[in-house]
Amino acid sequence: MSANDSIIEARALSKRYGAVTAVDGISFDVKRGEIFGLLGPNGAGKTTTILMLLGLTEISGGTVRVLGRDPRREPLSIKQHLGYLPDSVGFYDYLSARDNLAYTARLLGIPAAERDARISRALEQVRLAHVAGKRVGTFSHGMRQRLGLAEIIMKNARAAILDEPTSGLDPQSTEEFLILIQALKADGVTILLSSHMLEHMQRICDRVALFHQGKIALMGSVPELALEVLGDSFVVEVQARGPGLRERLAGIDGVSEVRAVAPDRYRMQANRDVRADAARVAVHADGDLLRLSVAEPSLDAIYNGYFQARRTLEEANHAA
Amino acid sequence: MQREGSPWRGLATVTLKELADHLSSARMRVLEWLVVLTAVAALYGALQSIRSTTAEDPFVFLRLFTDAQAPLPSFASILGFLIPLVAIGLGFDAINGEYSRRTMSRILSQPIYRDALLLGKFIAGLATLAISLTCLWLLVIGLGLLLLGVPPGAEEVARSLLFLLIALAYAGLWLAVAMLFSTLFRSAATSALVSLGLWLFLALLWPMLAPAVTQIIVPPDLASVLSGQPSLQAMHWQQALERISPTQLFGESVIAVLSPMTRSMGPIFLHQLEGAVMGAPLPLAQSLAIIWPQMVGLAAGCIVLFTAAYVVFQRQEVRA
Repeated sequence: MSANDSIIEARALSKRYGAVTAVDGISFDVKRGEIFGLLGPNGAGKTTTILMLLGLTEISGGTVRVLGRDPRREPLSIKQHLGYLPDSVGFYDYLSARDNLAYTARLLGIPAAERDARISRALEQVRLAHVAGKRVGTFSHGMRQRLGLAEIIMKNARAAILDEPTSGLDPQSTEEFLILIQALKADGVTILLSSHMLEHMQRICDRVALFHQGKIALMGSVPELALEVLGDSFVVEVQARGPGLRERLAGIDGVSEVRAVAPDRYRMQANRDVRADAARVAVHADGDLLRLSVAEPSLDAIYNGYFQARRTLEEANHAA
Repeated sequence: MQREGSPWRGLATVTLKELADHLSSARMRVLEWLVVLTAVAALYGALQSIRSTTAEDPFVFLRLFTDAQAPLPSFASILGFLIPLVAIGLGFDAINGEYSRRTMSRILSQPIYRDALLLGKFIAGLATLAISLTCLWLLVIGLGLLLLGVPPGAEEVARSLLFLLIALAYAGLWLAVAMLFSTLFRSAATSALVSLGLWLFLALLWPMLAPAVTQIIVPPDLASVLSGQPSLQAMHWQQALERISPTQLFGESVIAVLSPMTRSMGPIFLHQLEGAVMGAPLPLAQSLAIIWPQMVGLAAGCIVLFTAAYVVFQRQEVRA
């Protein structure tokens, strides 16, 4: 993947508020078409980073390029193609959903001839077409968030920044919202997503960055992070019959340990998903493969593992 | 650093939307009715006064604006008091209202600069005030035509239009005050309270405090104590201090424009009256020359306050 495939590029990006450094020299790339997640506790610098990308706060140091442009010098070109949805998006309560979008459409410079069609299509896509004429003041939180997504769709955005968009939504609305985000990705929109909902992040993000005290502590895909934080964290269970199967399974690349937990049942510790290799080994050994399952490392375990390790390290330093 | 594009992109869209909001808002209707009812009452008083005292007056129409019958003040005085209230009513939540509705970040993530948003709101507020004042002006002229039965002369129309212009500059200044506070304070209640507090201070308290402050700056000398008159230096100081208040600037401008016999805004010396025909009206250009500093003061105050709001707004971090 070439450098030109980066939709967002941050290099040594910093933000200081007086003596406090909120974002401390972070660097990352968001590649075209991916969903990149920002994780971290409150106050870790995620939202401040997003605001710098959008040009909504000044950058104290470093450089950033969004859609190949500098947000400080070319904010209009960026914002023409970049969608933004905060955790609790605001609309004018006294205007209808359609009128709210029409105002944004005029700010975007969408020609009057196209405006209605684009608004209708966007509202249809987020399933708000039936309430297009209703005042937004009557909308639930979930409907407002979907209207925010409709704005991004109407904009024909090439990239979207979603800052905790499912915060405060009920499980069903969250599920619907995640489906809409995945649909955006399928339409070719690159997404930068910040959220505390680790399970959802794991499900939809291609890569994530873990923020801690203004720095990126970890960055990569979930398996990569799992390897870094938890070590061999894939647990593959194989139920099979065959000669010397335990030794053969232990020989698979990436497997660190094989334990026989029952007759013809083995539990393998690995640094990746080795189910395909295990199946191949069982077949080559003229054995019978009865069952194969994997327990993937969860982002939750990685997140907690990282902060547990930090705490342990800090306590050790403190004691020393 | 040179930014791309025009800072005024989206200005017309913002202005039209804000203007529509103002004109249809319940707040504006309440304020308009308050002004109209009070103004009509003052006008009634003026008509009674004109009918009972006037024999022949070339500027009888202008007296509709300036004559008063106890307990009501004149129409011009009422406007001097109520215009700030309406302007503050329109501007006190212009910026912080967008934050509290959480619409600010969404609007500023569209391809417009903050310049357009702030100026658009100011122009819309000013246009609303202009529409209201013009309607009120037409109401006075219309009622005058009906009830006095004489048409206004060309100079009367010119002078009353100038009065309208001065009233608009005065309104613009208070609108800029309210917008500055709405930029400085995140709470709309605080900005409203501070704006109203400043208005009451400058309209009611400052005229009482100015003589006391003058006495501190220029303590009375023996001659002024014996004569019971302040010294010339003290008079100049008091006048200068009183002119800190926009209400004073507006009041002086209105006197000179609506009372053509007015020859000076300060103390008059005998040598200045040489050759003057007592009671003869001044030409409009002469009246204008007398109050030119006051008019420039109102316009300059408006520009300075708007610039302050602009600078504060440009430097703000947009989180909501």
